[in-house]
Amino acid sequence: MSTIQLVQEVVIALLVVVGSFFLVVGTLGLLRLPDVYNRMHATSKATTLGAASLFLALFVSHGPRGAGLTSLVGIVFLFITAPTGAHMISRSAQKMGIEFFGDAEWPEEDGDA
Amino acid sequence: MATESGLIDLHLVYLAGLIIASGLTLLAGYRVIKGPTVPDRVVALDTIGTNVVAIAALFALYRGEGLFVTVSLVLAIIGFISTIAVSQYVIEGDIIK
Repeated sequence: MSTIQLVQEVVIALLVVVGSFFLVVGTLGLLRLPDVYNRMHATSKATTLGAASLFLALFVSHGPRGAGLTSLVGIVFLFITAPTGAHMISRSAQKMGIEFFGDAEWPEEDGDA
Repeated sequence: MATESGLIDLHLVYLAGLIIASGLTLLAGYRVIKGPTVPDRVVALDTIGTNVVAIAALFALYRGEGLFVTVSLVLAIIGFISTIAVSQYVIEGDIIK
C-alpha cells in the first residue's frame, strides 16, 4: 500500500469525522435553541457545512471525474440553496408575526422596504 | 476502493457516520412533531432533508459507488424546492398566484 493511498484514507476519515460532528452540532441546535430564528441559524450553517464536508470526502475518494465532479456540484448547490431557504423561512415567520425569544426587536423600516 | 488498510478501517468510520446521521434524523423528527409554530416544523423538515443528503453521501462512500452521489443531489434539489414552496404557502396561502 503506497503512501499516497494512506494519505488519501486519512484525509477521507478526517473529513467524515468533521462532517458528522457538524451534523451533530446543527441538529442539537435545532433541538435545544429557544426560537425559530435561532434554530434556523444553527441548522442552515452547521448542517450545510457537515454535508459539504461529506461531499468533499467523496471528492477525495473518487477523484476529479464522474462522481467526484458531481459531489463538487453538490457542494456548490448546497452553499447556494441553504441560505436562500433559511431566508424564506425566516421571512415567512416574520410575516406570521412570530416574536423573538429575548427582548430583541426587528429594526425600524426605512420606508423603501 | 482500498479496503485492506493497515492504519484505519474506513468501513467502520463510514458505518459510524451512517449511524450518527440516522440517529440525528430521527431526533429531528421530535421538532417536527412538537415544534410550537409552523416555521419550526419547516426548519426541522429542512434539517431532515440535509441529513438525508448526508446519509446518501455516506452510503456512496460505504458502497464505493458513484450512483448514490446523484441520488443525494436530487434529494438536495427536492428539499430546496419543497422548503421554498411550503414557506410561500404559509404566508400567501397559495403557491402559484
